Amino acid sequence: MHALANPARFLRIARPATGWSLAIGFLLAMAGMVGGLTLTPPDYLQGETVRIMYVHVPAAWLGMAGWAGIAAAALSQIVWRHPLAAVAGRAIAPCGATFTGICLLTGSIWGRPTWGTWWEWDGRLTSMLVLFFLYLGYIALAAAEKERGGEGRIAAIFGLVGAINLPIIHYSVLWWRTLHQGQSISISGSTIAPSILWPLPLTFFGFTLLFAAAVLMRMRAELARARVEARLRRSAAE
Amino acid sequence: MNPWPFVIAAYAIALIATAGLLLASFASMNRAEADAESLRDRK
Repeated sequence: MHALANPARFLRIARPATGWSLAIGFLLAMAGMVGGLTLTPPDYLQGETVRIMYVHVPAAWLGMAGWAGIAAAALSQIVWRHPLAAVAGRAIAPCGATFTGICLLTGSIWGRPTWGTWWEWDGRLTSMLVLFFLYLGYIALAAAEKERGGEGRIAAIFGLVGAINLPIIHYSVLWWRTLHQGQSISISGSTIAPSILWPLPLTFFGFTLLFAAAVLMRMRAELARARVEARLRRSAAE
Repeated sequence: MNPWPFVIAAYAIALIATAGLLLASFASMNRAEADAESLRDRK
């Protein structure tokens, strides 16, 4: 982690990693989506709508993983004063918000033919909506703090406190009697038939790599803007 | 109820939002790195 504390060293790794993540992520996501739309059988209960799973589940994972990333960046900013931590947090937030939005919208679309409703104020749906609003709050707070020349510590604390929502989202289907189905995939196995499950790892890793590429591009943009600002400040002082 | 409009709408939202995020990130990176390069060349 600290090996990447030097922005120049980080950029030497980030430049090739951006292209590779984009290319491999695009291929995996496309293969998973085409496979999920054309090669898998319909579910015995949900029919064709089960295919929404191949975009909904990766989006849900990335919405939660994004905030876990923000919390990890916040911790390394507060405890170790990692110089890239605030940059990483600000880069992750819009990406996490986008995928949380995708999760909410695709979930709502999936809910209409399956549950007969677009929305229900149950534990899982509501805690995901709270996560979306947390992202919006973090983005606004981090931008305001940066504009005032702050180090991003308030946004970092907000990122850490907001992480309390992650276990709530995860366990919501166990704690409350929800309309949302319980956990069907875990480390120990899956209750989904293999003939339906196989495209999911492809879209899962594909969208994860695309998410990583977007974060790397945003971090590179912010580091380049910082270089420009530093150079302009130096020339103004001379 | 025909399920396909729901499936297509979900995929369209996922694709458009992901493409939008990637394009916006790429444009921002490209502009910022070009500005940094042009300032370095001016020195």
